[in-house]
Amino acid sequence: MEIFLQQLVNGLVVGSVYALVALGYTMVYGILGLINFAHGDLVMVGAMTALQTMLFLMGAAPGMSPLAMLTLSLAVAIPVCMLLGYTMERLAYRRLRNAPRLAPLITAIGMSFLLQTIAMILWGRNYHTFPQLISTVPLQPVAGVFVTPIQVTIVVGSALIMAALIVLVTKTRLGRAMRATAENHRVAALMGVDTNLIIALTFVIDAALAAVAGVMYASNYGIAHYGMGFMPGLKAFTAAVLGGIGNLGGAMLGGIVLGLVESFGAGYIEHMTFGLLNSSYQDIFAFIILGLVLIFRPTGLLGERVSDRA
Amino acid sequence: MKRSVVALAVMGLGLSLAHAQEMAVRLGSVAPLTGTISHLGKDNENGARLAIEDANAKGVTIAGKKVRFELLGEDDQADPRTGTTVAQRLVDADVKGVIGHLNSGTTIPASRIYNQAGVPMVSPSATNPTLTRQGYPGVFRTIANDVQQGGMLGKFIVGSLGAKTVAIIDDRTAYGQGLADETDKAVKAAGGKVVAREFTTDKATDFNAILTKIRGVKPDAIFFGGMDAQAGPMLRQLKQLGIDAKFVTGDGGCSPEMIKLAGDAINATTYCSMPGLAIDKMPGGPEFRTRYKARFNTDVQIYSPYAYDAATAIIRAMQAADSAEPSKYLPALKKSNFQGVIGTVAFDDKGDIKEGAVTMYQYRNGAWSPM
Repeated sequence: MEIFLQQLVNGLVVGSVYALVALGYTMVYGILGLINFAHGDLVMVGAMTALQTMLFLMGAAPGMSPLAMLTLSLAVAIPVCMLLGYTMERLAYRRLRNAPRLAPLITAIGMSFLLQTIAMILWGRNYHTFPQLISTVPLQPVAGVFVTPIQVTIVVGSALIMAALIVLVTKTRLGRAMRATAENHRVAALMGVDTNLIIALTFVIDAALAAVAGVMYASNYGIAHYGMGFMPGLKAFTAAVLGGIGNLGGAMLGGIVLGLVESFGAGYIEHMTFGLLNSSYQDIFAFIILGLVLIFRPTGLLGERVSDRA
Repeated sequence: MKRSVVALAVMGLGLSLAHAQEMAVRLGSVAPLTGTISHLGKDNENGARLAIEDANAKGVTIAGKKVRFELLGEDDQADPRTGTTVAQRLVDADVKGVIGHLNSGTTIPASRIYNQAGVPMVSPSATNPTLTRQGYPGVFRTIANDVQQGGMLGKFIVGSLGAKTVAIIDDRTAYGQGLADETDKAVKAAGGKVVAREFTTDKATDFNAILTKIRGVKPDAIFFGGMDAQAGPMLRQLKQLGIDAKFVTGDGGCSPEMIKLAGDAINATTYCSMPGLAIDKMPGGPEFRTRYKARFNTDVQIYSPYAYDAATAIIRAMQAADSAEPSKYLPALKKSNFQGVIGTVAFDDKGDIKEGAVTMYQYRNGAWSPM
């Protein structure tokens, strides 16, 4: 039972990060029908920029409190990612908006390689130690379950951000414009919506989410490097498809479900298959699920709501 | 005119007489001399050079002729393709033996070229077991391989740490998996019990799921076969999950980088292994270090004592066989048995050093210190 509960916590923590990243995939898909494969690398850029800021602050103001340092590093990482998200949309995707679907998809993969390569040149190939400003010392265990303050921060922080996003999309003028653009951008434009602006804003909001996810991820594990965005990006994409790509609630649900499946999978697969399979198959669950969903429920768990483009 | 012809003839006779009395024998040394590990490559070459200079100073006679050894140094850039190119260059230059290469990745492909040319090679530093399992008769090494390292690790975990139950994790790479398998065998051989066998990848950062599973079986020690980039974060997650088992890893994690990545999670219950003895523990180590410093005005890095003994093994074999021809001295090289800098140099039937030493290190005062 103790192990079961611990795996539940592990799954929730990883799942929250996946969910946050999955939102980025799902929003861009919802509005443009584009899978932005460079989104995972924005997660990396967020983490690396925050790391650079922290290292600078540690040198410039050694006495600064961890909370202030974290806030400041986010205050640098988020705008940097936002700017990058905007630039990416403006330079790489906008010109291809009316091109056949394959073109922007390949451009997205290209952007992903480009970001990784630039990061490799800037920060080198090595793994960097990421300062853990929020404590990673476990709290008093409850029922044998160890939880650290950083894990609590990740789960609560992700939940708050996701709630805020839902309010933004469903209750505000901007959100209504986004939904209208997703529905049909030509008609939305006729109704006086500046669709170019709305699409650009979607990329900017996505990039901000990616930056936060990157800092959370790196803080939790204490390391960062130029390739760190690839795997979480792929998992988050799977989570988005699992939940129903284009659907905000679906991305969140998909992320959490995927995190839990991975944790429990790695923990119990040996028992379930009588020793035939083992934890070396941990990363395979995401893709087995992706395959199954695509075969049996192509619209995902919650289906598509924002868009009918698939 | 006539006189000058006579003079020339006399000079020519003199030269050929000198030639008859002294014979030049070329030996090759290959290692990365440029790039990020060039300091290690230069160290290898220096070790071989010192051995050759010693032999020349002492005076070696083969088949009645005085031998002058020459060292031909090549740079393989730690790159397998460059490795085979320079190996071919050495073969073309008619070397009679090779000391090198440094990395397993360059040594294995290059060994095929030496084998085809019938040139014996002794690596001072390549540890991958495959090297000596290709069935090439002229391939040797003076350093312990990963099988020997795993054997030592198993004995250490059960014997020295007193761990009765052990969990083993590996990163599914040729290196990590191989080392973990050997450690697994050795733990069982030493009477320990492997209570969990888990797997991750060399790109993973999240180990919470497998570590939670391991916590459930409460092992006394955890062994990880893999590199520092995974070992560091893994150690952090162990502490976060409240697991206080001893943590042991191989040479992939035995680096300053590992200490950096593990942050405050690393402490005196963290151990790692490195093939070879710490230089102070080698029979000829302290003396070698002084002489090396005097000759090259730099400190021994890691492998130069092994390179010194590798070159010495080749030279001694030539003396024993009374020939510098590879086919003639190879049987003598196989039968090498002498006290080198690193201890007894003798090869088993595959070409691996017998009783290759492995040193365990413990994390103490911010660094790895030999036990």
